[in-house]
Amino acid sequence: MEHGILLSGGSDVDFMIHGVFKYSFFGHEVWITTTHVCLFLVILILCGFSVAAGRCMRKAAARAASGEVSDETPGGFQNVVELIVEKLDNMVDTSMEKFAPGYYNYIGTVFIFILVSNISGLLGLRPPTADYGVTLPLALVTFLLIRVNKWRYQKPLTIWEDYCSPLPKWLPIWVPINIISNLAVPVSLSLRLFANVLSGTAMMALVYGLLGVFASIWPAALHVYFDLFSGAIQTYVFCMLTMTYISNEIGDGVRH
Amino acid sequence: MEFNENFILGCSAIGAGLAVIAGIGPGVGQGIAAGHAASAVGRNPGAQSQIRSMMLLGQAVAETTGLYGLLIAFLLLFLKPLLP
Repeated sequence: MEHGILLSGGSDVDFMIHGVFKYSFFGHEVWITTTHVCLFLVILILCGFSVAAGRCMRKAAARAASGEVSDETPGGFQNVVELIVEKLDNMVDTSMEKFAPGYYNYIGTVFIFILVSNISGLLGLRPPTADYGVTLPLALVTFLLIRVNKWRYQKPLTIWEDYCSPLPKWLPIWVPINIISNLAVPVSLSLRLFANVLSGTAMMALVYGLLGVFASIWPAALHVYFDLFSGAIQTYVFCMLTMTYISNEIGDGVRH
Repeated sequence: MEFNENFILGCSAIGAGLAVIAGIGPGVGQGIAAGHAASAVGRNPGAQSQIRSMMLLGQAVAETTGLYGLLIAFLLLFLKPLLP
């Protein structure tokens, strides 16, 4: 069953993370796993794409600066790059409105990274986002952004009232519960992405592992659903939720 | 009474099956969300793209509880935490 999930080891139904080699890090045994390898490949793809995109745009800018362009239409690759940037910026614009410019870069980066990670199942890799060690840091960055923006844009008294929220502010019985509900944000954010991608990976491993030779061409349809559709939706949801949480904390954006 | 490995594995499998029942809730919830989105588009076809993105967001959030159940099932089946 080597043709199913390339970097997943030999036995028939297997979608676990495997160690590639181990080394000693200050006396601890640390493993380089298949997740690291797939992550490295994804990063390599993205680096190659961004270098090519940057060179293309620089060339276009140079042509525009030399003044010989007025009737020239952008070529194929430049069109694709501009389309991606425009779509991402539009997405940030619609949900963050006037605070969007500060978050174009972060949301765009996270979106492209998660999308390519999720889709890498099509290339025969084990998606890096099917490892909780990859999704948890992403969610923790979101959590950090939420907290920082809360303290930047809200008065300490308002924050305290928020923590006591259903009850008046001199009766802080609900504080622990509100703190727990705040801490649940990164957990649910990371687990949602992780479990979705993992379930897709497990499903494909089951199809390839249990059906053997019968799983020849039609699993492509399953790939379209589990890798493309589900991956794209989860990417979109992760970014939308990040933006919604952040703009909730920003409120009307008056710094105190 | 001493339990052997196979008994524990069998019980883990039953537990995994029970955990996946959590999928019922998100199924119902996503169906309700999709139905309401359809009627909203019927009432206001101009807002279709906005309604679609809002529906997908809500469905993905509703899906989380079902995924928790699925995760527990995966843990029980493949990591076998109950084995000594």
